[in-house]
Amino acid sequence: MGLEAKLTQDGFITTTIDAIVAWARKSSVWPMPMGISCCAIEMISAADPKYDIARFGSEVMRFTPRQCDLMIVAGTVTYKMAQVVRRIYDQMPDPKWVIAMGACTSSGGMYRSYNVVQGIDQFLPVDVYTAGCPPRPENLLNALMTIQDKISKTRARDFQDILPQKLEVETR
Amino acid sequence: MDNKELIIQKLKENFSDSIVEISDFRDDLSITIKPNVIFDVAKFLKENDELLFVMCKDVTAIDWATRKNRFTVVYHIYSFKLNFNLRLKSNLEAEPYQIESVTSIWQSANWYERETYDMYGIEFLNHPDLRRMYMPEGFEYHPLRKDFPVLGIPGSLPLPQKPE
Repeated sequence: MGLEAKLTQDGFITTTIDAIVAWARKSSVWPMPMGISCCAIEMISAADPKYDIARFGSEVMRFTPRQCDLMIVAGTVTYKMAQVVRRIYDQMPDPKWVIAMGACTSSGGMYRSYNVVQGIDQFLPVDVYTAGCPPRPENLLNALMTIQDKISKTRARDFQDILPQKLEVETR
Repeated sequence: MDNKELIIQKLKENFSDSIVEISDFRDDLSITIKPNVIFDVAKFLKENDELLFVMCKDVTAIDWATRKNRFTVVYHIYSFKLNFNLRLKSNLEAEPYQIESVTSIWQSANWYERETYDMYGIEFLNHPDLRRMYMPEGFEYHPLRKDFPVLGIPGSLPLPQKPE
């Protein structure tokens, strides 16, 4: 492989901090599986051996937001659930990314109704929208690769000024 | 005597003044009664030894929009002894739309009545915990009323603010 050949030749390689940090970040994007309805089934399929999200370094689905970089919002978000989704998003450490998976999440989908948020970009900064109802696992993997492209273009100092967010403490 | 005749006869013996209508459409017996006797009728149907309607399957309502009696509250109850489903109805005449709760008779009616209150705004008197079932607390409308728009009322449901 390329890397080992370089190391045996000279014993060192030259690169930039930005490049190597971005490469490390994009190769281990840990998702927060925000599986709210049927899209979650396709998200689970993407993790199984047939589609194997581990090829992209994203097999570590953590059910705690504290260890996650990427939130996959998979399913219909109601106004009541929006508060919960936002709370979990706020607990994820920076830098973080969001995939809006499926028609409901992106635009309300077939639920053109009073109780469903017509697109989660009303309260979350979305990086990639995924079409489909539900999207096939390949489509989710494509969204993940798009996120990886986006991450590889970031520089380490893009995130240095982000301060910890103030969490509103609910006393109930 | 078959089940229908037995139920009708028993109700007529005890509540003859309160029965508004008896309909038997496609083998479904529906009895419409006045709203002020719903508690007594329900208790009677459950506790009478020959009827024993011990199971409350559903409580819901109908919004007739333009009719004089705008709301109808509907109860579906079941008797294991008779193996019989009975529909009880009650028309609410004017505001405030109120009816006595049957939760103290059938425990299962607790959440059904909460749902009906949430969706239609019908108040169940003496309900132990009449909070909204689906919509967030603080929501001011009742979505299944016919005058509520399908897409809701803008700004009536709060969303978190978008960061940045």
